[in-house]
Amino acid sequence: MITTYLFYFLSFLAIMFALMVVFSKNPVHSVLYLVLTFFTIAGHYVLLNAQFLAAVHIIVYAGAIMVLFLFVIMLLNLNKETEPHKSVWLKASAAVASGLLLVVLVGSLKSAETIVATNAFDPNIGLIENLGKVLFSEFLLPFEVSSVLLLVAMVGAVMLGKRSIK
Amino acid sequence: MTLSFLIYKIILVVVVFAVTLVVAMYSTYAERKVAAFLQDRIGPNRAGPFGILQPLADGIKMFMKEEVIPGASNKALFIIGPSLVLLTACMTGVVIPWGSPLIIDGTVYPLQITDVNIGILYLFGVISLGVYGIMIGGWASNNKYSLLGAIRASSQMISYEVAMGLSIIALVMTTGTLSLSQIAEQQHGWHWNVLVQPLGFFIFIICAFAETNRAPFDLPECETELVGGYHTEYSSMKLGFFLFAEYINMFISSAVIATFYFGGYNMPFIERFVQDPNWLAILGVVFLFMKIVFFIFVFMWVRWTLPRFRYDQLMNLGWKILIPLSLLNIVITGAVMMREEIFQLLFK
Repeated sequence: MITTYLFYFLSFLAIMFALMVVFSKNPVHSVLYLVLTFFTIAGHYVLLNAQFLAAVHIIVYAGAIMVLFLFVIMLLNLNKETEPHKSVWLKASAAVASGLLLVVLVGSLKSAETIVATNAFDPNIGLIENLGKVLFSEFLLPFEVSSVLLLVAMVGAVMLGKRSIK
Repeated sequence: MTLSFLIYKIILVVVVFAVTLVVAMYSTYAERKVAAFLQDRIGPNRAGPFGILQPLADGIKMFMKEEVIPGASNKALFIIGPSLVLLTACMTGVVIPWGSPLIIDGTVYPLQITDVNIGILYLFGVISLGVYGIMIGGWASNNKYSLLGAIRASSQMISYEVAMGLSIIALVMTTGTLSLSQIAEQQHGWHWNVLVQPLGFFIFIICAFAETNRAPFDLPECETELVGGYHTEYSSMKLGFFLFAEYINMFISSAVIATFYFGGYNMPFIERFVQDPNWLAILGVVFLFMKIVFFIFVFMWVRWTLPRFRYDQLMNLGWKILIPLSLLNIVITGAVMMREEIFQLLFK
């Protein structure tokens, strides 16, 4: 029972903070609200008994990626004067395009079938031992390939960061 | 979950919180005494016998000073910054096992606030959040030196977190668990992890120095280059929060180092003299605090002995020496753990 209340509470917070990300004028505030949104999502993971995922979510997203975001935004020192001015036509077209996207999303959700879980839900699946066993046996190939993907991204960033390639 | 259990947990939380604050308070006194000892001076000796009331006097001074919030600063974030720093510093004490469980009338009372099975990851998550308070405070001050200090602090902390995480991975490989209470239990007697992971311990302690922004890695608040670093614009107790959080972090890092590598509450040969488990638990707390005090002394000893690094040297040390070393440590640990399989593969 209490988890249901917690779910609604966390969902409310998540949606509110996500809206604040979009609506706040100051980009630094936006980043901080985004960090709070990540916290509420980590709370959802804990409710699903996926503690490992929750901890890694906090460490990677809130602790590393958002710090770098904050870093860049603070260095750029964005404020009202430096904000590029957009024409009315651009704003109108953006509104129309995003409205169409909303219609498409609502339409696809309406016609979607409800998914029935094929496997029985195992409440211990999110614990670190079980997760490790599954990752290193059943999903070994995708797991290793994703590490190569990260390596490629890192090498690419180093290449772009270099001033001249000899 | 009975009511008495809940009350016990609340008492434990309050005790751990109070002890953390008192130890941090007296660390400020110890720091000045240690500095004086290393520089052949006397140190604070006016407030009370041996200057023992000095932290109290410092605290009253901090509270009484004029509170200045710069006009061009972002006021909400300016206040949130130091609060966050102190909050994250106090949050880490939750998962540390302070002693083996007490058994009273057949009920087990663990001397640990909560034994989450991902204790190390929790610790790491909280540490990685510690940088936000400094960044927010530095940016909200609207001062170039503060911003530079905040940026230095965050880049330094992120860089050294990588090496710290990798050194812990080697530890997790040998212990096979992420729970701090199990790690402490495994080191019963002489099975201290520092004997298994000497290289990992050295990397971890260097990273702990960098994470707490202590000398020789105190570049974020380097007086000769940045006035005061990220807390240039702060005054009164908000400055006190920043300074105090550093001492709390030092206490918690010492506790974590003692638990991870130096046996936690275990002391070899103690079972020969004391058999009663409750007395053992209480003695365990004493031993853990002895280890913690020793590491706090090491922190101060290093601060008053070594000169500060240059910023590029700091980054080179982090990325080009400590990370490859910790990767090497992981490979060696893995090879030693799988030695029989490797021998079979090579020679049979």
